[in-house]
Amino acid sequence: MDFEYAPAPESRSVVDIRPSYGLFIDGAFTDGHGEPFKTIEPASEDTLAEIATADGADVDRAVAAARAAFENVWGPMPGRERAKYLFRIARIVQERARELAVLESIDNGKPIRESRDVDVPLAAAHFFYYAGWADKLGHAGFGADPRPLGVAGQVIPWNFPLLMLAWKIAPALACGNTVVLKPAETTPLTALLFADICRQAELPPGVVNIVTGAGETGRLLVAHPGVDKVAFTGSTDVGRQIARSVAGTDKRLTLELGGKAANIVFDDAPLDQAVEGIVNGIFFNQGHVCCAGSRLLVQESVADELLERLKARMATLRVGDPLDKNTDVGAINSAEQLAKIRELSQAGEDEGAERWAPDCALPQRGFWFAPTVFTGVAQSHRIAREEIFGPVLSVLTFRTPAEAVEKANNTPYGLSAGVWTEKGSRILWTAERLRAGVVWANTFNKFDPASPFGGYKESGHGREGGRHGLEAYLNV
Amino acid sequence: MSERLTVRKTYKLFIGGAFPRSESGRSYVVNDGRGAFLANASQASRKDVRDAVGAARKAFGGWSGRTAHNRGQILYRIAEMLEGRRAQFVDELRATGLGKSAASDEVDAAVDRWVWYAGWTDKIAAVAGSANPVSGPFFNFSTPEPVGVVGVVAPDAPLLGLVSVLAPVVATGGTAVVVASEPAPLPAITLAEVLATSDLPGGVVNLLTGRRDELAPWLASHMDVDAIDLAGVPADGVAALEEAAAGNLKRVLRPAGDDWSGEPGTARLTAFLETKTVWHPVGV
Amino acid sequence: MSTETLPSGPQLRAFLHGLPGVDQVGVDERAARLATRSIKTTAKAQAIDLAITMVDLTTLEGADTPGKVRALCAKGARPDPGDASVPRVAAICVYPDMVETAVAALRGTGIGVASVATAFPSGRAPMEAKLADTRAAVAAGASEIDMVIDRGAFLAGDYRKVHEEIVATKEACGDAHLKVIFETGELVTYDNVRRASWLAMEAGADFIKTSTGKVAPAATLPVTLVMLEAVRDYRAATGRQVGVKPAGGIRTTKDAIKYLVLVNETAGPDWLDPQWFRLGASSLLNDLLMQRRKLTTGVYSGPDYFTLD
Repeated sequence: MDFEYAPAPESRSVVDIRPSYGLFIDGAFTDGHGEPFKTIEPASEDTLAEIATADGADVDRAVAAARAAFENVWGPMPGRERAKYLFRIARIVQERARELAVLESIDNGKPIRESRDVDVPLAAAHFFYYAGWADKLGHAGFGADPRPLGVAGQVIPWNFPLLMLAWKIAPALACGNTVVLKPAETTPLTALLFADICRQAELPPGVVNIVTGAGETGRLLVAHPGVDKVAFTGSTDVGRQIARSVAGTDKRLTLELGGKAANIVFDDAPLDQAVEGIVNGIFFNQGHVCCAGSRLLVQESVADELLERLKARMATLRVGDPLDKNTDVGAINSAEQLAKIRELSQAGEDEGAERWAPDCALPQRGFWFAPTVFTGVAQSHRIAREEIFGPVLSVLTFRTPAEAVEKANNTPYGLSAGVWTEKGSRILWTAERLRAGVVWANTFNKFDPASPFGGYKESGHGREGGRHGLEAYLNV
Repeated sequence: MSERLTVRKTYKLFIGGAFPRSESGRSYVVNDGRGAFLANASQASRKDVRDAVGAARKAFGGWSGRTAHNRGQILYRIAEMLEGRRAQFVDELRATGLGKSAASDEVDAAVDRWVWYAGWTDKIAAVAGSANPVSGPFFNFSTPEPVGVVGVVAPDAPLLGLVSVLAPVVATGGTAVVVASEPAPLPAITLAEVLATSDLPGGVVNLLTGRRDELAPWLASHMDVDAIDLAGVPADGVAALEEAAAGNLKRVLRPAGDDWSGEPGTARLTAFLETKTVWHPVGV
Repeated sequence: MSTETLPSGPQLRAFLHGLPGVDQVGVDERAARLATRSIKTTAKAQAIDLAITMVDLTTLEGADTPGKVRALCAKGARPDPGDASVPRVAAICVYPDMVETAVAALRGTGIGVASVATAFPSGRAPMEAKLADTRAAVAAGASEIDMVIDRGAFLAGDYRKVHEEIVATKEACGDAHLKVIFETGELVTYDNVRRASWLAMEAGADFIKTSTGKVAPAATLPVTLVMLEAVRDYRAATGRQVGVKPAGGIRTTKDAIKYLVLVNETAGPDWLDPQWFRLGASSLLNDLLMQRRKLTTGVYSGPDYFTLD
């Protein structure tokens, strides 16, 4: 019999979205002097709020506030005191978890199940983790008394707005730096709520500054001479521009960029769990994940069986209202991103790959894209090479382990990879050969503050998370 | 009675374990410390850079796949071979203008530096890696791996400087394309002769002599070079090379006015390592 | 693999160990995620009624008496005396010597009588005794037999013995449906659960069942998930549909709904029917009734408003 799940929407009443937001500089919200922009709800295309744009003078003010806070307050503060501020922030994020989760889902379009169970708990855990490092830096393997760098200019993407903020701010502050952070223009709201959390935690003014705006604000920030450290998460193209813009300076740089991860399924894999891993690898967060398992490499001898199971599983994915607690796949973050996904999917069809998507009704308003799989994909197809950053999986086959590794590594990216097999020695053999910063064996898309994350090759420089993540914010 | 005519040495490039002349057929004059003619050195071209990168890439899989212990043995063998050619290196360094004891000290230090890095090959992973206590039923570990092909613009300290930037690259399993000191390239080529007889597989180290300004940009912009050490680049040349290196997001080690005589630490080892983190479920 | 000629031990072993492996962490994770489904309002009402119709209302105590069994039968036929719209349960599950009492009490209700058999719960008896146990229950009118496998034989790798016992018991069942209990708490690993599932289905089981209720852990969501995957795959491979019954430890409406979600999203809606999915439980029914009344009246009820049988 049909078992229809009734709508189970999370209440929006826990969030209070103001009609307009300013910049958070030196502990206070202030006006921006650029042309304001609107942030819209991707699931409805409704305008949520008007957001200030920071111009050059605003960025100057923010950097100056961060510099003053670094020199006068945060830099000299004993690590154990910095730690307590970070623990406090972690606790407030936990206390305001529901508010943050709902706001994130509204502004980003991601399912509430994910913002509630993944983004927000991980963000809190990240602050909690790095809080503990603040007074133990001398034990981290970077010398007896490693020093902070100064002011960090940080630019984050729209796919995990609060979580990426946590990945940037927590280690920076733990190491004694102060920050100016620019959230993505389509998802500024949780960063602005975080500014309020900083005030609630009584974090000294200027330690965290949030400047909103589009690409130009980001360019002003990373190019600012008062910035000692640049940290960026986003596309490889912008990462390249940033690397060029810091060339010849003393600025330190970490980049977490794009990916085109191979998820390799051997014929002895635990098939049902592999299917879950594939689904989790590419449809988690609508595929807006730099480490998404966007290329499925399946051993030919098991390809048909696996694809049959995968399609059956995809048919159970629930696409729709991000605030519905039963939604698995939410809205695409922006019209621009949707256009890009459509364009690349069309290229997949044009190049001769076979397209399949389950029958699922998509809402009339908002930005939506059904979970899609392409079979018969060749290495030379655009959908096998370019990052789609959407719920689109390209399936390729291989015959031998060596061929799998060769195809997996045949990309300028090197962020992540997956391996599925019941044979331990084959896992280690494969993992050893994959040129990727994170290898998930018999699992996928797992994140933890204690686990270093970051890419090889054009997927970026440096690691975030764990002891390794401290290095980016210490003068070592 | 006539004096015996000495047999002069032809200094060539070192690419893929062989000693070719530059494909361009060019060479340049190398003078000694007082300006007198010393030798002709090959003047490598962009195509030699290309060939050297190809050789380094080809060698990378095998070299990085060696056990750390084996790499340590080979680096130690390099130290032994260098020690055996001590007198020759002292002479070559004196020709660059160093006094007798300074030259002698520099050769000693260079030998010792290979020994230092030979000992690091099978320890750096334990120091730079970790088992990470993630909150879930997973075993999670991080291991350092060599970044790949590293371009090295060597500093002008012709032996110790060169060894100090080259040894850490190969100790961890990376392969190198080195642009040797422009004014004093001869010890680099003699070092190549040491490498060629030390069980180091061909292509792991490739040494080019010539014009730094001409060669470094090709190395910095080469899309199959994973990282670049700008140790020997003058301050005014760094920005352009860094910009070129951004093309494929190379890891860049900026020149830091290093004093090659001190204890090197691990910074040059870790600069050209990637951290790979592997997750696996823990269950029955 | 055909059941016409019984397969040899090595054949069974090769087949069962050739099944795809089960990653424990992945199964646990999937089950936990499905358990976060939020089933509200109309869906909850639908789920509660469906769950009631799937209950195998069970009493398996040494202290069972005809009176106790008759009370249970009355409860199963009319779970909420105050509300005739409450559906009846699927079956009453008792020991073999209580079958006759239950059959008499349930006559005309359409409710089945399930009897545990084969030296339940341990299964440690000679084969002849187990078959006699089964035949007695069937002769007394049981429409369903819940047998236990020989876990000792299974863990010792003697798949042939387990297989033969199931085949023989199935034969002794005649027209009665055979449910095969694995006692998954003793098989421990999900790999074993998957192998036991295929072994039982190959041997002719109509249903595969998690537990006796006498060993902890009894039914769990991930174990049931593995069994649901097995029946799904078995039907895809052979065309024959086999039912699944988690039993033991399912006490609340919330638990029951999680199982229904599991069925819906794993084996699929074809299994959302008492013919193909059962919940072996004793105290669950009253919680279902309480939650049902909350939905119809809008106020929380209390235990004294439902019968304790």
